[in-house]
Amino acid sequence: MSEKSNGVNPDKDLNAQNLPGMRGDHGDVVATRHGMFGANNGGDTSGYGGLVRTVAMPGAGARPYGGWFDEVADELEGALEEQGLEPGNAIEKTVVDRGELTFHIAREHLLQVAKTLRDDPALRFELCTGVSGVHFPGPESKGRELHAVYHLRSITHNRLIRLDVSAPDSDPHIPSVVPVYPTNDWHERETYDFFGIVFDGHPALTRIMMPDDWQGFPQRKDYPLGGIPVEYKGAQIPAPDQRRSYS
Amino acid sequence: MSTSHATPRETTEGTVYTVTGGDWDEVAQAAAKTDDERIVVNMGPQHPSTHGVLRLILEIDGETVTEARCGIGYLHTGIEKNLEYRNWTQGTTFVTRMDYLTSFYNETGYCLAVEKLLGIEDDIPDRATIIRVLLMELNRLSSHLVCIATGGMELGATTIMIYGFRDREMILDLYELITGLRMNHAYIRPGGLAQDLPPGAVDQVREFVKKMKKNMPEYDKLATGNPVFKARMQGVGHLDLAGCMALGATGPILRSAGLPHDLRKAQPYCGYETYDFEVPTTDTCDSYGRFLVRLEEMRQSLGIIEQCLDRLEPGPVMVGDKKIAWPAQLALGPDGLGNSLDHIKNIMGTSMEALIHHFKLVTEGFRVPPGQVYTAVESPKGELGVHAVSDGGTRPYRVHFRDPSFTNLQAMAAMCEGGQVADVIVAVASIDPVMGGVDR
Amino acid sequence: MGIEEKLPSGFLLTTVEQAAGWVRKSSVFPATFGLACCAIEMMTTGAGRYDLARFGMEVFRGSPRQADLMIVAGRVSQKMAPVLRQVYDQMPNPKWVISMGVCASSGGMFNNYAIVQGVDHIVPVDIYLPGCPPRPEMLMDSILKLHQKIQGEKLGVNREEAAREAEQAALKALPTIEMKGLLR
Repeated sequence: MSEKSNGVNPDKDLNAQNLPGMRGDHGDVVATRHGMFGANNGGDTSGYGGLVRTVAMPGAGARPYGGWFDEVADELEGALEEQGLEPGNAIEKTVVDRGELTFHIAREHLLQVAKTLRDDPALRFELCTGVSGVHFPGPESKGRELHAVYHLRSITHNRLIRLDVSAPDSDPHIPSVVPVYPTNDWHERETYDFFGIVFDGHPALTRIMMPDDWQGFPQRKDYPLGGIPVEYKGAQIPAPDQRRSYS
Repeated sequence: MSTSHATPRETTEGTVYTVTGGDWDEVAQAAAKTDDERIVVNMGPQHPSTHGVLRLILEIDGETVTEARCGIGYLHTGIEKNLEYRNWTQGTTFVTRMDYLTSFYNETGYCLAVEKLLGIEDDIPDRATIIRVLLMELNRLSSHLVCIATGGMELGATTIMIYGFRDREMILDLYELITGLRMNHAYIRPGGLAQDLPPGAVDQVREFVKKMKKNMPEYDKLATGNPVFKARMQGVGHLDLAGCMALGATGPILRSAGLPHDLRKAQPYCGYETYDFEVPTTDTCDSYGRFLVRLEEMRQSLGIIEQCLDRLEPGPVMVGDKKIAWPAQLALGPDGLGNSLDHIKNIMGTSMEALIHHFKLVTEGFRVPPGQVYTAVESPKGELGVHAVSDGGTRPYRVHFRDPSFTNLQAMAAMCEGGQVADVIVAVASIDPVMGGVDR
Repeated sequence: MGIEEKLPSGFLLTTVEQAAGWVRKSSVFPATFGLACCAIEMMTTGAGRYDLARFGMEVFRGSPRQADLMIVAGRVSQKMAPVLRQVYDQMPNPKWVISMGVCASSGGMFNNYAIVQGVDHIVPVDIYLPGCPPRPEMLMDSILKLHQKIQGEKLGVNREEAAREAEQAALKALPTIEMKGLLR
C-alpha cells in the first residue's frame, strides 16, 4: 500500500503533521478493514463507514538486526550455503520485531533448515516448543493464508528464534519436522486438527483434540464459533438456540 | 475324562479353558500355545487414577506393558478460539481456566505477551510485578501440592492426599483473600493487576509461610524416606536427558534428568534475576527424582515468597497509561464488590476524559499494534509458552498456548513401555499432566 | 429397581416410600466424574476441611456400576459426551445427576464448537449447581438438596406416574428460541 488518499506518508514526511496519520504503510498487509466498529449491517450513521485501513504485520528487517540476531542469521546462512542451498531460496525474509527474530522459511526447505538449526554447533536449537497455526483468510494474503509458526529454543546458547512457514489454502501442505524434533508429534496433529495443515511425513497425522469423525477445522477463521448440534450414539440434539427447554 | 480339566472351547471372545481342580502345568502349556494374542486395555477417559479425562490405551503381555498410547482431547474447550471473540483484557478470564491448577502462570504468560505486543513491559509498576511473582510462587506450591497429593492417592496413600489438600486449602484461602476467588482468578491483567492487595494480606501470607515451613517436613517424614513409597517410585517412569530433549519435556521431568534448565534463571521475566533461589536437580531420571525436585522447589518457592514480601512497597499496581489501564477502583458496596462510588462520582462528574476512556475501554477495549510475540514462563510443569498474534484490533487475532502438560504427556509412552501396568499410574502421576492444560 | 416392582399399588407405598427414600439418601455413592476445574473442588470437598464423609458420601466409586449419583464436574466436550452417556447408562437405577458448575449446566462462558451447551443435552439432570467453580460449601448444599429430593422420591406406579407427568410438562414447554422475557 504505497498510495494513500492524501498522498502523504507521515512516517516518511515529517512536515505532514497536520494531515491524518496513516498507519500500516510498511510491512506485510494481511487484511483490509472497513469502517470503525466492525459492524457492516445497517446504515452508516457514524460517518466512519467509509474508513478503509490496511492491517500490516511487521515487515522484513535490514541488517544489522542487532545483538546476537546477526550471529544466528550469519551462521544459518553460512551453514545452508555449505550444504549447497542458496540462503535466499530457503529464507524468504527475516523479521526483527519487539526483540524477537523471525525467519520466514520456504516450506520445501523447512526440514533442512530445522535440521541445520538443531545440529550446527553454533546454532544448537535443541528444543522446539511446538507449532502454532495462524490463519489469514483475506485476499491480501493470497497464496500464504495458512501459517505454521515454530519456536526454537537453544538451551546451550540461551536463545529463542521463530520460524514462520506459510502455505496456501488450496494446497495446505507443509513438511513435518517430527524427524528432527520428535516433540512436534502431537503439536502437528493439533495444528492439523484445528487448521487443516497437512504435515507431510508425519508418522500418524490424525485428529487429536476433536472426535475422529469431526467435520471441518474449527480454529480457522472461516469456521463459526458455536451453534453446533450435539451428536451421541447416533442421535442428534440441536444447538441450544433451537432446543426445547426442559425444567 | 482322563484330564483334570475340560477341553478348551472356542468362543467369540477367544479360547476359554475351564479348570476343575487339576494340573496347572498342563493348563499353562495349553494357554502358552496361544501366546501370540495381545490384550489391549483401555484405561479411561473416566478413570479414578488418571489426572482428569486422560485415556490410556495399553497393550499388555501379562503384567508388562508392551505398548502405551494416550488418547486426549476429552476436555478440549476451544479456549483459543473463544479468545478471538473477546477483547484483550477479557482474555485473562479465559486463559486462567486452561490449566486450572496453574492459573496465575497462564495469566502472567498471557499478560506478558500482551504487554510485549503493546511495548509496555518497562512501564509495569514494580509492585504489580512483585505481587505477580508472589502469586506465581504460591501457585507453584499449590500445584505441586496437588501433584504430590493426587500422586500419593493413586499409589493408595490416602494420607498424603489429605495432607496435601490440607496445605493447599491454606493457599486457597490466601487466593480468596487477594483475588476474591479460590480458583480461576483473572486477577493479573494486561498492564498490571485487577486491584491491589487487600489490607492484612501481607501478614496472612507471612503467617502462611511460617505454617508451611512447619508442615514441609511432614512430607519428608511421610513419603521421602518411606520404603514402600520409594519402592513404588524409584526406577519407575525413566526418561533420561536425551529423551527429554527429543520429546521436549521441560520442568521437573527435565530437571530430574540432571539439567538445571529453568526459565526463571535462563530467560528471566518479572525480575526473577533479582531473586535468590536455587534450581534443584536430581540425576535419577525417575518418578522419585521428580518427587524430590518438586519438594525442593516448594522450599525454594517459600524463600521467594518471603523475598517478595520484604520488597513490597506501596505504589500503583496498574500502568499509568489511561488508554490501557482498566478503569476500575473496586470497593465493597452494599450489594457486593463493584466499582467504588467515589470513582464513579469522579468519572461521571468531574473528568470528561476519564469517562471517555472508561467507555472506550469497557465497551471496546484497547487496540494492540499488529505483530506476533512469544513469551514463556516457567510453570510448575515446565515451559508455558504463549504465542500471541495481533492484527491491530481490540481482540486477539490468535493466541496459542504451548502448555507443558501437553508436551510432557507425550513422554508417557517412552516412560511406560516395558514396565508394569501398575507403574503406568506412577509414571503418569510423575508427569503431573492437567487435562485442562493438555486439551485447552 | 428392586422392591418397587414387586409391590402392589396403593396405600402401602406412601410409608414405604419414606423409608426407602430415607435409606437411599443416607448412603449415596457418587461416581467420580471429574472433568475440569470443578473436579478439583469436588476432590477438595472430599478432603479434610470439608469432609463429605459427614453425609455418608466420602466413597467415590470408580465403577459406574456401583454408583447412583453422577456429579458432572466440569465442561463436557463433544468428544466426552458419548463417554458421559455411556457411564450414565451403566449406572443402575435409581440414579441422580448433579450438574456441577456453569459449564456443565449451560456451557458457561465456553459458548463454542467444542463444548456441549449443558449436560442436560445428553443426560437428565436433577440439580443444577452454578458457580465457576462452585465452592465446596455450594457442592455440599446441592448434595443436601438432592438428599431432600431423594427422600421424597416416589416408588412403583407412583414413580411411573410422576415420570409421565414430567414428560408431558416438558413436551408442552416452549423452545428457548420462542421464549419472551425481559431481555427480548
